[in-house]
This record gives sequence, C-alpha cells and structure tokens, in this order.
Amino acid sequence: MKNSHKRTRGILIALLCTVIAGLAFAQKPEVAPPLTPLTADGVHDPENPALPSLQNPEESMATFPKDRRGEVQWVESLNQGVITPRKFLTGDSGEGEELKELDLDIIMKNTAQMPHVRFPHLAHTRWLACKNCHSEIFIPKAGANPVSMEKILKGEYCGRCHDKVSFALWACERCHSVPHPGSPPKWW
Amino acid sequence: MTSYKADRSIKWRFSILGVLAGLALLAMAPAKAEYADVIINNYADAAGMRPVVFPHWFHRIRFRCKVCHADLGFQFKAGGNKITMAKIIDGKFCGACHNGEVAWSVENCNMCHSGIPGTPTHIHGSTVQRLVSPPYKALNAPQQPAQQ
Repeated sequence: MKNSHKRTRGILIALLCTVIAGLAFAQKPEVAPPLTPLTADGVHDPENPALPSLQNPEESMATFPKDRRGEVQWVESLNQGVITPRKFLTGDSGEGEELKELDLDIIMKNTAQMPHVRFPHLAHTRWLACKNCHSEIFIPKAGANPVSMEKILKGEYCGRCHDKVSFALWACERCHSVPHPGSPPKWW
Repeated sequence: MTSYKADRSIKWRFSILGVLAGLALLAMAPAKAEYADVIINNYADAAGMRPVVFPHWFHRIRFRCKVCHADLGFQFKAGGNKITMAKIIDGKFCGACHNGEVAWSVENCNMCHSGIPGTPTHIHGSTVQRLVSPPYKALNAPQQPAQQ
C-alpha cells in the first residue's frame, strides 16, 4: 500500500515535470530557435541552382539580439554596434537625404485599457529620413493622426512598416509601454 | 528500495518525455518569417522567370532604410515600384547598386529570380499574410518550368 502510494506520487511528480518542461519549452524560447533556412522558408524555390550561393539567415543573424518571440531586434542591433548599416549608398557620407537624429518621444494616449504608446523618434530617425514618414504617412501635428490597430493591420500609419518589415503586432509591450491608472496588469 | 528505484526511473522517463513534448511544441510553432522577404512577381511569371525574392534582412544589415526608401525612391509597397530589367540596367532601383560596382551585376539571374514559380507579389510573414493566405509551398504552385 505504502509502495503504491509512493509510486502514484512519483508518477504525479513526473507528470508535473512533463507539463512544466513542455510549457517552459513552448513559451519561453530563451535560446533563439534556429533561423529558417532558405530551402524551407516557403518562398525560395529549392530547385533553383543558384540557391547555395545565397546567404542563409542563420549565417548572419544567429547572434543578433532577439525579443521574447525570437525576432531580431534591429534597433538594438544598431545601438549595440552588432551591425553598421551605411547611411548613404557608398558609405557614411555621400549624396542623398540626411539622417537627422531627433530625440523626441510622442505619447499616444487614445489606447483604451492598453498602456499608452510611446513612439521614440530617436530609434526611427537612426534608420529613416524625416520625409519617409512626414507628411505622407504621418501629419507632423499632435492629434492629427487617428491611428488604430485596425488601420495598422491594414498597412496604414505604423503598419506601413510594422508587422511587415519591422517588429510584429504580437509584441504588444514594445509599443504599449507606458502603463496608466486604467491599464490592467500585463496579460499579453 | 527496488520500488523507489523504479519510481525514479519512471520519473526520469516522464521528464524526458516532457522535454520531447516541449521540443515537439516548439517545432509546431509557426515558422519564423520576420526577415521581411518581399516576393516581387509583377512581370516575372509572365516572362517565364521565377519571381524575385528580395531579402530585406540581408540589405538592412548593410544599409539604413532611407538609402533605398528616400534616396533611391523605393515605395513602401510590395510590387509598388514596377521594377523592370530595363530600369535596373539603366541604374534605377536595384540597378543603383547591382551594377557590378557596389554589388554583383544583373547577369546573375537566379540570385534574384529565386522564388517558387506562381508565388504572388507580397511581403512574406506579415500577420495578414499568415492569417489570410496559407504558406506558399512548391507543391501548391502551378507547375511551370522556370527558364534560366
């Protein structure tokens, strides 16, 4: 009787271990998952004879800083000097639009129960020229841009780049980063 | 004593099973596609070429966004630039670099024209694309032999 009790307890502990291990692996890929090779990414033709000449993502991005979803953090990569992308076609000087770094945060407060959105100009102006966004995508005037998640999903406003080329909509906290009295504890 | 040992071995077996289950769940996670590959198929299929796959990640490591999107005039829209080989050879769009000077030249057809035939123009891996369109697979694509 005592033995069977012990065995049941053992099995229960083992099951608990199973669930914990499963959850740990499923939800927190702290070790970034391997980057999809070109032959399996669903867009490159595996029969293309030139495919072996193209660089695989793993070769360049394996060590780049990643967010909790395992996506490359491009702004962080630039800030840390992991990458040194050119400012002009042939180097860091040349002909073309100037990169004017602007350290100005915009807080967007029309976010219902979600934390307010902090838009950092600085992170964006290290990559983009003013005219990339102003005034075609964003009117440079407070309150003049009725941004919503629906419009972003449709590819308007932030959605022109975000969720396509820059980080996706599933990392809520990267934009909704300013809690306010009406915002709930983090559930996402 | 024996039964204690047996318990321990069961525990280990379940722990290993747990680890395997975790790995299986990981493997089932949706494919990472944050590289922002742009598939450009405005004219390629019709011309018997594979569609172009533009790897954003590869270029973003080397250039700030504004080099292409402000200085070279690329619109922020997949397929919105109506790029043709004539424009490229004339030094426009891709041709500003892919001219044998800054980067390799246009004779390497298959380096760009590397997509699965029949894949429509889109940005690969966006949420809308993932929810609305199933992943593109070679088997689903119309069987058209791509010409060199």
